Amino acid sequence: MDNILIKAEKINKIYRLPAEEIKAVQDLDLQIRSGEFIAIMGPSGSGKTTLLDILGCLDSISNGRLEVLGKDVSRLKEHSLVALRRKNIGFVFQDFLLIPTLTALENVELPLLFSRMPCERERSISLLKKLGLAQRINHLPKEMSGGERQRVAIARALVTNPKILFADEPTGNLDTKSGEQIFRILKELNQKENLTVVLTTHNSKFGSQAKRIVYLKDGRIVCREDSCLYA
Amino acid sequence: MKIISVAFKNLQRKKIRSFLTIGGVTIAVAVLVSLMGFDAGYQRALTGDIDKMGYQVLVTAKGCPYEAATMMLKGGGGMRYMEQAVYDKIVKDPRIDKITPQLVVAQFDKNRQNGLGGFVLYMGIDDSYLKLKPWVKFKSGGWFSGADSDEAVIGCETADREKRVPGNQVFIPKLNKALKVVGIFERTGTQDDGTVFLPLRSAQRIFDFPYKLTGIGIKLKDISSLLSFEEALYNEPGIQVISMAQVKGTIFNLISSAKVMTNSIAIIAILIAVIGVVNTILMSVFERTKEIGVMKAVGASRLDIFRIIWLETTLICVMGGFFGDIFAILGAQAVEYILRHILPYAPGGKLVLITPELLVGSFIGAIIMGLIAGVYPAFRASSMRPVEAIRLGD
Repeated sequence: MDNILIKAEKINKIYRLPAEEIKAVQDLDLQIRSGEFIAIMGPSGSGKTTLLDILGCLDSISNGRLEVLGKDVSRLKEHSLVALRRKNIGFVFQDFLLIPTLTALENVELPLLFSRMPCERERSISLLKKLGLAQRINHLPKEMSGGERQRVAIARALVTNPKILFADEPTGNLDTKSGEQIFRILKELNQKENLTVVLTTHNSKFGSQAKRIVYLKDGRIVCREDSCLYA
Repeated sequence: MKIISVAFKNLQRKKIRSFLTIGGVTIAVAVLVSLMGFDAGYQRALTGDIDKMGYQVLVTAKGCPYEAATMMLKGGGGMRYMEQAVYDKIVKDPRIDKITPQLVVAQFDKNRQNGLGGFVLYMGIDDSYLKLKPWVKFKSGGWFSGADSDEAVIGCETADREKRVPGNQVFIPKLNKALKVVGIFERTGTQDDGTVFLPLRSAQRIFDFPYKLTGIGIKLKDISSLLSFEEALYNEPGIQVISMAQVKGTIFNLISSAKVMTNSIAIIAILIAVIGVVNTILMSVFERTKEIGVMKAVGASRLDIFRIIWLETTLICVMGGFFGDIFAILGAQAVEYILRHILPYAPGGKLVLITPELLVGSFIGAIIMGLIAGVYPAFRASSMRPVEAIRLGD
């Protein structure tokens, strides 16, 4: 089972508030293999984003065991988690979250800067071109449409050659046409480059096109299914 | 792309805020440089004034030593007089190399300073005066024709102000007395430049101080004999012996008290600037919570975030330090002009002395200030947990 990238066993995430405990993720078991395209679906507040943050090592678990690329992340120190994220994980967020003072190209180069990797400008430019942003390379985020911004965010997530791409509602803030374009890009990345993609979505049309769908309710997986619609 | 360009672009986000913060540091550095330049310049100018007196010891009528110091430097009213017999008695002392008697009289002239009025200093001297000050040269004209002539040699500032050349006359107000200008001294950078000199005997006669002196300037053959010289005059009634070293010490004691105040002002200015910088960067950090979270999500370590914020603070202070130095240099003339008008006594020479060492020192100080001011905001930013920063940053 060498191709298992993420293995979650009975993981829980509990937020302890003064008045109550909120169980965002409960006794969740999940394995993600290399090359998978997984859609995490469920109603608002079901724990989709929390689960994505946990699987992407942005957030910690309260208990259980989580292995990412063979490493027990609950035992890792912060700098090791940072190194793990840098090399292996890419993130795309619902509201793009580009740095507004940096151009599209500079936003894409940002992870390289933090990774102490040589600033491969050519790679950043070719990624932007591949995503149809050749004319937007030196534009600031405010000068771009939502769909363009999200494509810059995808380029930023891909620039370090990650093994897994996490996308949290990547089409949530986009119009239908731009949303379809973004989803198509993610699907192509999975199909052509064998990139493992894990996304959360409310959109059943997009979700149904994933290889595997995980339904969440109240922090628990209530249904797992392999999609037959994935082409 | 480099970390510094990320930091620099962040500063451009709120241009007015960054501009005002840099302005605060600029003002603080400019104040610091000007005050320290004034401290150094004033001290140097004063030392120059005292050293250019040409004598190491002054014998005056007994009184307050501060008053005596002021009299030597500035003249002014309320002077004390001693008998010329003192001079006749000590002139033969073998320890003396050079000696000159002086009668200083200050007269109020209501027409001076554009009608505001001011004191004109008259000094009765004899030819021994030039022996004590061999560097004093004539710009034009020459020495008095006689020891009791109604003539004057004037300092170059007086000549410029009154527009006098040899052959013209200067008038002593109140006494309605005219003196013929026979010579003009070259600029010395001391109070001599603004003084009207006349023969000692003429001064005693005109101002009605027969056989009186205000001071006797003395240069000893060997300064180590000062103590024994002082002791010899100790029992002489009505006089006191003041060494230039004492005068310097007295004046510098007064200056050091003022220095404490000026340094306090500089420190307060710097503290205000530091608080301004910390406040600005903290606000900026809180506004960018989400961005900081994203940077961490895409691979930034604590140290990366710390460096970005720290660099922003340092950039503000570097720019403030640079512009502060420029402003201090450009403003030095104006500061000098103002100080000369408000100070009761301003020595000759540059009052505000801005040296390369001072400029470099203040610039480095500004950088250190930035490094210190940046620690807390940078720590706050670097301590943010990525998921909380992203999700709660709205």
